[in-house]
Amino acid sequence: MIRLVPEPNPPRYRALWVTLGAILVAFVIAGTVFSAYGVSPLGAYRAMLEGTLFDPKGLQEVFRRTIPLLLIGVGLTLAFRTQFFNIGAEGQVLLGAVFAAGVALFVPLPAALTLPVMFVAGALGGAFWCLIAAGLKSRLGVNEILTTLMLNYVAQYMVIYLINGPWKGKDARGYIYSDQFAAPARIPVIPGTDVHWPTLLLGILLALALQFLLARTTFGYAMRVVGENPGAARYAGISTARVVLLVALLTGGAAGLAGVGEVAGIHHRLIEPLQLSSGYGFTAVIVAWLARGNPALVLLTAPLMGTILAGGDLLKVSLNMPLRVVDVFSGVMLMCLIASEVFVRNRVRWGR
Amino acid sequence: MSQPLLELRHITKRFPGVVANDRVSLEVYPGEVLALLGENGAGKSTLISILYGLYRPDEGEILLEGQPVRIASPVHALRLGIGLVPQHPLLVNRHTVAENLALGIGGSLFPAQRIAPLIERLAHTYGLEVDPKAPVYGLSPGEKQRVEIVRALLRGVKVLVLDEPTSVLTPQEAQSLFRVMRELRSAGKSLIFISHKLEEVLAISNRCTVLRQGKVVGSLPTAEASKPTLAEMMVGRSVSFERKRSEPRLGEVLLEVENLRARSSRGLSALRGVSFQLRAGEVLGIAGVAGNGQSELVEVLAGLRRAEGGRVVLEGKPIAANPASLFESGVAHIPEDRIRMGTVPTMTVAENLALREFHKPPLAKGFLRDLAACEREAWAKVQEYAVATPSVHTPARLLSGGNIQKVILARELSHRAKLILAVHPTYGLDIGATEQVHKVLLGKTYEGAGVLLVSEDLEELLSLSDRIAVLHHGELKGPFRVSQTSREEIGLLMMGGDPGRPKQDAQH
Amino acid sequence: MDEILNAFARALSFGTPLLLASLGAIVNERAGVVNLGVEGMMAVGALAGFAVAYGSGTGDGNLFLAVLAAMGAGTLASLLHAFVTITLQANQFVSGLALTMLGVGVAGLLGKRFEGLPLFNQPPELPFTILAIGLALGLALAFRVTRWGLILRSVGENPAAADALGINVLGVRYLAVGIGGAMAGLAGAFLSLVYRPSWTDGMTAGLGWIAVALVIFVGWSPLRAIFGSIFFGLLYYLQFRLQGQSGIPTEVFASLPYLLVILVLALSGLRGQQGNAPESLGKPYQRGER
Repeated sequence: MIRLVPEPNPPRYRALWVTLGAILVAFVIAGTVFSAYGVSPLGAYRAMLEGTLFDPKGLQEVFRRTIPLLLIGVGLTLAFRTQFFNIGAEGQVLLGAVFAAGVALFVPLPAALTLPVMFVAGALGGAFWCLIAAGLKSRLGVNEILTTLMLNYVAQYMVIYLINGPWKGKDARGYIYSDQFAAPARIPVIPGTDVHWPTLLLGILLALALQFLLARTTFGYAMRVVGENPGAARYAGISTARVVLLVALLTGGAAGLAGVGEVAGIHHRLIEPLQLSSGYGFTAVIVAWLARGNPALVLLTAPLMGTILAGGDLLKVSLNMPLRVVDVFSGVMLMCLIASEVFVRNRVRWGR
Repeated sequence: MSQPLLELRHITKRFPGVVANDRVSLEVYPGEVLALLGENGAGKSTLISILYGLYRPDEGEILLEGQPVRIASPVHALRLGIGLVPQHPLLVNRHTVAENLALGIGGSLFPAQRIAPLIERLAHTYGLEVDPKAPVYGLSPGEKQRVEIVRALLRGVKVLVLDEPTSVLTPQEAQSLFRVMRELRSAGKSLIFISHKLEEVLAISNRCTVLRQGKVVGSLPTAEASKPTLAEMMVGRSVSFERKRSEPRLGEVLLEVENLRARSSRGLSALRGVSFQLRAGEVLGIAGVAGNGQSELVEVLAGLRRAEGGRVVLEGKPIAANPASLFESGVAHIPEDRIRMGTVPTMTVAENLALREFHKPPLAKGFLRDLAACEREAWAKVQEYAVATPSVHTPARLLSGGNIQKVILARELSHRAKLILAVHPTYGLDIGATEQVHKVLLGKTYEGAGVLLVSEDLEELLSLSDRIAVLHHGELKGPFRVSQTSREEIGLLMMGGDPGRPKQDAQH
Repeated sequence: MDEILNAFARALSFGTPLLLASLGAIVNERAGVVNLGVEGMMAVGALAGFAVAYGSGTGDGNLFLAVLAAMGAGTLASLLHAFVTITLQANQFVSGLALTMLGVGVAGLLGKRFEGLPLFNQPPELPFTILAIGLALGLALAFRVTRWGLILRSVGENPAAADALGINVLGVRYLAVGIGGAMAGLAGAFLSLVYRPSWTDGMTAGLGWIAVALVIFVGWSPLRAIFGSIFFGLLYYLQFRLQGQSGIPTEVFASLPYLLVILVLALSGLRGQQGNAPESLGKPYQRGER
């Protein structure tokens, strides 16, 4: 039998080693699944590495995936810090995309204002979707994991309805997507790539801003009290409902921004939900978990998961594996991470 | 004398940094009650845990009917015939009494139904009244305790350990427990009675063994013991049994509660028209068995629960309904649960000290927290209240119970506290910390604060309060001046009795 | 009349996998362990069942073995959750989520070679429906009158009390989670062998999540789960029946089950149903926390 011996004061870098260990174990387990599929895991990993970090085109792909992961992940660190398990970032990304697309397609605005308004609208869209779950949680005690998840499905059907119905593009015949956005509604990219740098910058700023919020402001203090001891929050008159709503606003809004980045930075039109956000919301859960509740650390963990996503995509193309590879990766990684948590605060002993 | 039923020989148990039991020897004979006395931290709990198979001793041996035994687990202890009635009953709330008792021994089919007649027979034999069909959540602490006793008897125990069984009982309930204990004794069972209430020990036990700092400091027949000798053995110095309170300096009426009504979290009526006044400089004690409305009363006064009716007036103004503005107007709250409510264990001492005023100058400027000011204020409070902590940046969870309570006191009382709501303020603290908490609370009253002291410990209430009121089923009896009432009277009121026309048997 | 009978029959058919999966979830939740991985375990079960039934490539392997394989695969997946949450005391909600990702992912990956393959021997639905209802009745009875049920419930309500009486809390929880996995696997087998004999990626289509919500909706009662799953089955039927018949877009119908889950959870919240939850639901048990 495994026995866990709690350590009140674990060594400082234990968390880092344990996390690295968990990632390693995740790669081993995922590799086993690859073998079962009939692909050599070492070959697969080499292909992933070579095709991403050591290839200019691949590096671009890494950046492209890092941007939404960064934005969503930063928001989720706050959510998890306050024990609000927002699993619905996927849907919130879609809502952000829908709101931004709505502005781009139908609201006549001066060119200079178009993008800022789209970003604001997108953030509002994502926040709105998240607030539904937050409201149900604080009002009726409804588990937010289930509601945010269900709202993902609803958001997907909403997008499909829009691009297959009222917003269907004039040039879309057999396919379903909206019209292309006009030039002012497209986010500028680093020339020769599709890295939409303003969104990236926004993500970096948000990471730093939220880290500051958490560490140095009264809001951040209230969030930590709510997350770490709801009883004490009630006792001190900190309104848990208000804090949860604020956090939902931030986390949903951040996911909404990611949605704006995708439609306005890459696709330039509203497209099918599964192409728009193929699991960013779920991968970002891992990004946030890896960062252990520190928004600034997402600046490291988002590129890491971005590399894995880009690598998974590569496997699809080069080894003809289904896209589910990414789900396997995410599932294994998340499982290993939460399983490793216990080793940060405990030592393991074998025997009784 | 005959052979002891149970004998401990030189039991030693060490934990990192402490020797919890140091060569402890004791023996219990059939048909006697052995009282095991000692302060908090004297090693009683460790000894019980060893007897009940939760810990294994580092040295020494245990003999049962002359045979050495190694007790591997609570179940093993039960199988050997050693039962424990824990201080906090370990029962499944949603199950019935019979279901609880059938757990682990009932047959494959209809376990609860088949065990019910056995329960009734035992209940009859020893005068232990329990209804097998009653759900446990509706039982009083005394009834839950009886379920635990029945559980041990159902398994045919020979030795029954009762861990501070009277701490949650009214004096009258305690009397009925003692009747059961006497029945068990005459049936030839050995009982180990753990307590620090000297009167009870003198009333029920045949012999006493006193522990101090992990060692047995003495063992003597109860007939030869007296309150002062036992107290001196327990504490190591002579103890005064005087009232701690000197004459209060009473001021104006501070708090006026009129016909207050409130519901519990389960939606049941918890306060049914409570009225009282508290004057500045006064200590008003609230006695009562847990669950009779004390928590709800404090929660309403602290702004944590909405009143359903009635009036609460603080210094002539109706009180606000949220904890933050109440604190602002001088209501300090020392909560019952230090870990789940009073502190955030994962946050640092400095952050915990800031819990009330983190959003205000000097701890914050606008939205920004002033970390330097937080640290400065924290050091000042740590020094003023003598909190033993390596640093203000130490997480609160690493502090001892007494020091955590000091952190709470420092935070709540350092600042213009007028009304102090103190709930079980010394629960689980050692003598030194208890004395300090008492001193601080009384000190505040001489500065003009009023204290509402809620406690289950009648000794504490009688020693500190100027007046005492009793909550029973959400109704308040009193307040009475402490000098004009007695322990027994308060106890009777806690049972819902009427001291004007004392009932013969308060159990029915 | 025929219309109503037909509706009822379809509702039973849609409701069968829901009932099977939610009964399993009731077992592990009554023992105190939440497993949100039902969707993933169903996917793994559906694939394993189909793979064995497809057998050597003739499309008519042994059905009995197929069902067993599905249950085995579900159990195996659930034991991963059990290890992570019971032994390693990780967050049960997040672990369940990871299990769903993993289960759906592995099934999609390994099932690619079975996509679009036919299965020739389609078993009848009725025995499965009868089995599900029988299991619900049996479970309700077992909870109430057997020693096993008493132990299971005690472990979910107050594990410390059960532990003190020599009940192997962790063992009971492992067993309960395993049963939950087996039932989810069985529900998956119903989908890939009986309901629509084929394998397609994502064929569980959120049913696992609905089963999880159903458990809360029916207040952890196996008896009420029968009616709850028939109710949801009826909604599924209506969704298909009304599609295309009205001016309402199909997407609205498609998202109806998910909206309903939210509605149901909100209603359960309004009725204070959460209070029916086993007292230690979702909390890891560690000795010495008394």
